[in-house]
Amino acid sequence: MKFIDEFRDGQVAAGLAAAIRQEVVPERRYHFMEFCGGHTHAISRYGISDLLPSSVKMIHGPGCPVCVLPIGRVDQAIRLALEQNVMLCTYGDCLRVPASESLSLLRAKARGGDIRMVYSSADAVALAQKHPDKQVVFFAIGFETTTPPTAVAIKQAAALGLINFSVLCCHVLTPSAISSILESPEVRQWGTVPLDGFIGPAHVSTIIGSRPYEFFAQEYRKPVVIAGFEPLDVMQAVRMLIRQVNEGRAEVENEFSRAVSRDGNKKAQALVADVFELRKSFEWRGLNVLPYSALCIRQAFAAFDAERRFAIAYQPVADHKACECGAILRGVKRPQDCKLFGNVCTPENPIGSCMVSSEGACAAHYTYGRYKDV
Amino acid sequence: MCLAIPAQVVELRDGDSAVVDLAGVRKEISLSLVEDVAVGDYVIVHVGYALNKLDPEEAAKTLALFAEIGTATA
Amino acid sequence: MSEARKAYVRPLDIKRGQVDMAHGAGGRAMAQLIEELFAKHLGNEWLAQGDDGALLPAPSAGKLVMATDSHVVSPLFFPGGDIGCLAVHGTLNDVAVMGATPLWLSAAFILEEGFPLADLARIVQSMANAAREAGIPVVTGDTKVVERGKGDGVFITTTGLGVVAPGNELSGRNAQVGDAIVVSGTLGDHGMAIMAVRESLGFESPIVSDTAALHGLIVAMRASGAQLHVLRDPTRGGVATTLNEIAQQSGVGMMLQEKAIPVKPAVSAACEFLGLDPLYVANEGKLLALCAPDDAQKLLAAMRSHPLGADASIIGTVVEDAHHFVQMTTGFGGRRIVDWLSGEQLPRIC
Repeated sequence: MKFIDEFRDGQVAAGLAAAIRQEVVPERRYHFMEFCGGHTHAISRYGISDLLPSSVKMIHGPGCPVCVLPIGRVDQAIRLALEQNVMLCTYGDCLRVPASESLSLLRAKARGGDIRMVYSSADAVALAQKHPDKQVVFFAIGFETTTPPTAVAIKQAAALGLINFSVLCCHVLTPSAISSILESPEVRQWGTVPLDGFIGPAHVSTIIGSRPYEFFAQEYRKPVVIAGFEPLDVMQAVRMLIRQVNEGRAEVENEFSRAVSRDGNKKAQALVADVFELRKSFEWRGLNVLPYSALCIRQAFAAFDAERRFAIAYQPVADHKACECGAILRGVKRPQDCKLFGNVCTPENPIGSCMVSSEGACAAHYTYGRYKDV
Repeated sequence: MCLAIPAQVVELRDGDSAVVDLAGVRKEISLSLVEDVAVGDYVIVHVGYALNKLDPEEAAKTLALFAEIGTATA
Repeated sequence: MSEARKAYVRPLDIKRGQVDMAHGAGGRAMAQLIEELFAKHLGNEWLAQGDDGALLPAPSAGKLVMATDSHVVSPLFFPGGDIGCLAVHGTLNDVAVMGATPLWLSAAFILEEGFPLADLARIVQSMANAAREAGIPVVTGDTKVVERGKGDGVFITTTGLGVVAPGNELSGRNAQVGDAIVVSGTLGDHGMAIMAVRESLGFESPIVSDTAALHGLIVAMRASGAQLHVLRDPTRGGVATTLNEIAQQSGVGMMLQEKAIPVKPAVSAACEFLGLDPLYVANEGKLLALCAPDDAQKLLAAMRSHPLGADASIIGTVVEDAHHFVQMTTGFGGRRIVDWLSGEQLPRIC
C-alpha cells in the first residue's frame, strides 16, 4: 500500500532508533504526550516503546473522542432510540460504550431499539432518504477530523429538504483538551506539568493546520511536533521533540508535511463554521466541564439539531469513585496505578473512559502491553 | 484520533464523489471537503470523505530524511 | 387390473415460487419440496430410502467424532460462496481437525415463509456440489418453516460424523513448548469478503471467501510423517482467538512473527479502511497446525504442494509462559500481545 508500507519499514525503524539513542542526553528523562488516540494505537500495535530508550516515556493523552464522551451523551442516544423511536445511526466505536442502567447502544438494540452502524455520515443521510416515515438521528462524535463530514451531511440534508434527519452533536475541540492538560490541578500544585512536549495529532491537523498549536508552544513553553499516523512518523517526531528539548526550544514543527500545512484545510474549516458554533461549556468525561471546548448546531440549521427536536435533556452521570481516568487522561498517572485496572476494569467490562475505546490508554496497555507488567 | 488512510483517486463521479483505490480495494467517497482533485492524486480518507490531498514530493522528502538519519548513525 | 392413475401434481415453480407454511407442515407439499428440490440435488442411497433416519454401518475400530454447526451467515450469497457450501465445509472441517476421517453429514433447514425457491435451489445445489467434491454424502435432513419475520431467509444446521483411528486423535490440549505454529494460507479472506457486501461498509474488491473442505489437505499433512500435536480451523474470531484458546487449553504461551503471517494485499487494504486487524478476521478454509519443531519443514513442504496449502507459512513457536500470553514480534521490531478479542471486532473511526 503506497504511502503506508514505506512508513512501516522495520529496517528504517532500527536506524531511527539508533539515531534517537544518540540524541538523548544521558541522565535526562523525557516525557512526551501523544495526544491522539490513533498515535496511542500505533505505539501499542507496533511496539514502538520497545525501540525507544528507557529514558523516553510516552504518555497517552485524551485524544480519543469515545473516551472523553460522557455517559450522559450515550444515554441521550439510547433514549432517542428506545423512547423516541428514532433510527439511531452511529459509528462502530460507540456501540459498546457502557451507559446508565447497564445499557449500551448494542444492548439497546437487543431491547428493540433501531440502531444502525454506519461507516460515514453520508450513510445516515441516505437512510433518512430511504425511510421518509422514520426519524433518523446521526450520533455525531469526534474531534476536528470528523466534524467536517457532519457539516457536509447537515448541508446535504438541508439541500434535500429532509424533514426526518437530525444530528446529536457531540463534536469536541483539540486545543481545549490540550489546555486542560496544561492547566490541570496538578499544574497549580506543582507549578508545572510533568510533560516535556506533545506529539500533535495527525489528521486533526490536516483540517486545523499547525497554526493553533503555536499558542501552546509559546504560552506554555512546550514543543509540539505534528506527526503522521505511521510508526516511522511517530519515531521521527519523538526524535524531533528530543532535539527541541535538548536545545531549549519550544516550537511547533510539522513532521507530517505530506498532508499538513500551517493553515490547514480552509474549505473544511469554512464548512464547519457555517454549520456549527461554540458551546459555552461542555462536559468531557474524565476532564470535567471545559469552556468553549465543543460545538453545537447554529440557529440557521436548528431544524437538524436533535437536541432541539426531541425532549432529551442532557443529564450528567458521575464516574466510579475509584476510577483514575481523569488523572490518566492528563498524563499524571498510568493505567497500572489505578486500583481497578485489569481486575474489575477490563475491555470486556470497562468502568472508565480510558478502557472503553481500544485507543484509550488503559485499553491499549491492557490489550497490547500488559505482558510487561507481569 | 482518527483512522484515516491515503488512497489513490481512480475515478471522478458526479456530485463531488470519487472512487479511490487502495491495493485493489475500491470505495466510493466524497470530495466535498477538498478542491482540485484529479484522477491519480492521493487523498487522505476518513469516514468516507477525502480530508486533504497527500503531497507525494513531501512524502518522498520525508522518507529520504528517514533513510539519511538511519545511515548517518550506522 | 388397470394401473392406478397417478394424480397430476403441478411441479414446484422454482423460478418464481416461494416457501410457504405448507412446505413445513409434513404433508404432500413438504414431500414435494423434499423430492423436487432437496433430494434432487443431494440425492444418495440413504436419502432415497426415505426413512426418518439414515442407517449407517458402525466403524469396526477407532472412535467416533461428531461435530455440529449452525449457519446464520448474512448475506446468504457472498463472493466465493454461500450458506450452502459454507455449511458443508464448516462441519467437515470441525470433524477433520479432530484427526478424524469425515464420513457422513446431516442438514436441517429452517426456512422463512416467503423465501424465494430460486434462492433455496441455488443454496441446495451449492451444498450438493460441496458435498460431492468432498466425497461426503448428506444422509439425512429436516425442513421446518417459520412465519415471515421470524427467520433470516434460511438457517442451516449441519452435523458431521467421522471416525478417528486409535492414536490419531488430536486435541487443543497437546501443544508442547518448542512446537512450530503453521498456518495453511492467507488470513482474513472470508471475513473481509463478507464485509465487502455489507450495507454501508461495502467496497469493491477482488477478495473472495476461502471456504473449503480441508480433510484432503490434512491427509497430505499426515502423509508427510510430521508429528502433529494440534489442528484447528480458525473461524470466528480469527487466528488470534484460536491461538489464545489453544494456549489456554495447553497451558503454554506463544511467540509469533508478524512478518511471516500471510495476508493478501487487498485484505490488508480493506482492514485498513475499516480499522480491523486481520488476525481477528474469520477464515473458512484455513488450518492452524502445531507440530514438533524438527518436523516443521517437511510439514510445510507437504502443505505447500497441496492446492489448499500453497501459501502455508511457519508463523511462530510455542513457548513457556505461565500467563498463556500469545505475543508477537511486530514487523516494525517491537513486541505486543495478541490478546483475546473483546467481543466482535467493529469498524472504527478512531
